[in-house]
Amino acid sequence: MSIHGTNRYLGGFLIGCFLIAALVGLFWTPYDPLAISLGGKLLPPGGQHWLGTDEYGRDVLSRLLLGARSSVSISLLTVTFAVFFGLILGTLSGYARGWIDRVIMLLTDTLLAFPSILLALALLSILGANMFGVILALGLAYLPTVIRVVRGAVMSLREREFIEASRLMGHPAFYIMRCHIVPNCLAPIIVIATSMFGSVLLTESALSFLGLGVPPPAPTWGNMLASARPYMDRAAWLGVFPGLCISLTLLGINLFGDYVRDRFDPRMRGL
Amino acid sequence: MLRFVFSRLLTAAPTLLLVSIAVFTLIRLVPGDPVGLMLGDNADEAAYAAMSQRLGLDQPIVVQFLTWLKAVLQGDLGNSITTGQPVLSLVLHRFAVSAQLVLIAVAIATVIAVPLGMLAAWRQNSAFDLAVITGATALMSIPTFWLGLMLLLFLGLNLGWLPVLGYVSIADDFWSGLVYLVMPVASLVLHEAGILVRMARASTLDVLRLDYVTHARAKGLSEGTVLIRHVARNAFGPTWTLLGLILGNLLGGVAVVETVFTIPGLGRLIVESIYGRDYPVLQGCLLFVATTYVIVNLIVDLCYPIFDPRVKAQ
Repeated sequence: MSIHGTNRYLGGFLIGCFLIAALVGLFWTPYDPLAISLGGKLLPPGGQHWLGTDEYGRDVLSRLLLGARSSVSISLLTVTFAVFFGLILGTLSGYARGWIDRVIMLLTDTLLAFPSILLALALLSILGANMFGVILALGLAYLPTVIRVVRGAVMSLREREFIEASRLMGHPAFYIMRCHIVPNCLAPIIVIATSMFGSVLLTESALSFLGLGVPPPAPTWGNMLASARPYMDRAAWLGVFPGLCISLTLLGINLFGDYVRDRFDPRMRGL
Repeated sequence: MLRFVFSRLLTAAPTLLLVSIAVFTLIRLVPGDPVGLMLGDNADEAAYAAMSQRLGLDQPIVVQFLTWLKAVLQGDLGNSITTGQPVLSLVLHRFAVSAQLVLIAVAIATVIAVPLGMLAAWRQNSAFDLAVITGATALMSIPTFWLGLMLLLFLGLNLGWLPVLGYVSIADDFWSGLVYLVMPVASLVLHEAGILVRMARASTLDVLRLDYVTHARAKGLSEGTVLIRHVARNAFGPTWTLLGLILGNLLGGVAVVETVFTIPGLGRLIVESIYGRDYPVLQGCLLFVATTYVIVNLIVDLCYPIFDPRVKAQ
């Protein structure tokens, strides 16, 4: 068994914990995550509040659970957005070639000239810092990568005999793309979607940390870290737990992503 | 070689033009009215019209773009709305701070990560390999801003070894500047080294399976010679490309680390300009970072034949 094979159980376990936390946060939290209690400010972990309370007396565990929910929904929607449009534009670009390809590639290359976090920042200043702004900004920032990957896969597929056979049978281009091309480039898409999920989660928490993500009082792991900064000397737990959540989730996604890549891309096995 | 350099330069020019169009368009899509913002709330219509005319906002959009591009090419990026300073000098000043942080961090990360990744690949599937790859994946999974906060907590607050807040430029006072750089550099190094180790390992594994490596071993060359003379050079190519991407990304994206350690770098400037709706500054920063990104990747491409002479032929 390769190295990534051994690590996949740990990865799967961490992702499982993350998803369960998000699911639990959807229906139940120990306390109201937004309820301010000035009497119970900055309580250390233990007793009634397992992970302590923050500067407004809000329960940290409840806020972490709610934060998991917003992280899952933002990352999933962003990846779905980027993969959906990336698949359409990449397939069109790689299969049709000609001017369609040139126009799409021109736009893709322009967007790729910006570091993705910077592009997301710039788009956020247009779209506004709210959940849909974040999803759209991140989705657009990651779109060019998907287009590139899909286009590459499609370009090599379109020269294969079975595609040519389908063309000779008189199948229309749309049918060929839908029934032959897209199903055959699912492997690279699954691989890139898995690694993108982690990268989106990281960028989203970085944006929240900078105060440009989902606005408070709604908790995200990133904005919880940002508001913990002034209290690090008195209430270190405020900074420890949200970061631990981000790191463990990312570790899970990265470990599992390696396994997914081994599975779907045999050439990369063991790398 | 000259032809290779020339053709790469030619492909960079249209990208830069597109980047400038994108930045120009992006800023015009931002909701809000720059003239109203500059004049404040109590401006009359005459002043408004005069300001629009002065800024050229009454011109057709293409004319506006060409005027702006001409100014940019002459090094005039406009003035900051909040401070009135020229944007170019502001950007260059802040860039110097970020660049010193990023260059030191990336250099250290490369020196540690590349040999480690290669050794792990050489001993593939050993306990050493498992430890390296798991460690690298773990480091890669820790966000730099959290790593920074934890370093602050332990080295700064608990142990009191390093200063917690503030920033001193290396240019002003070398030793105390260096002390202030330790934690920000460390948090960048650990994260980026994780990514680089994995890349170096993967590309080394790719090369190790090639026939010419078997051939070199069959000739009776020692493992050291095979690794250094035959494998290392070829395996460094993909890592070198990734290095360019990381460098470019960091130059625009160290905002989080700069925020943690209150360093007045370019990333902070971008975030501040978004908060303060200082559009000339934001526009200047975007243009500057994207141009730097394109240029860094161009330089990386141009250096590529040093490691892999086959590139030149293509």
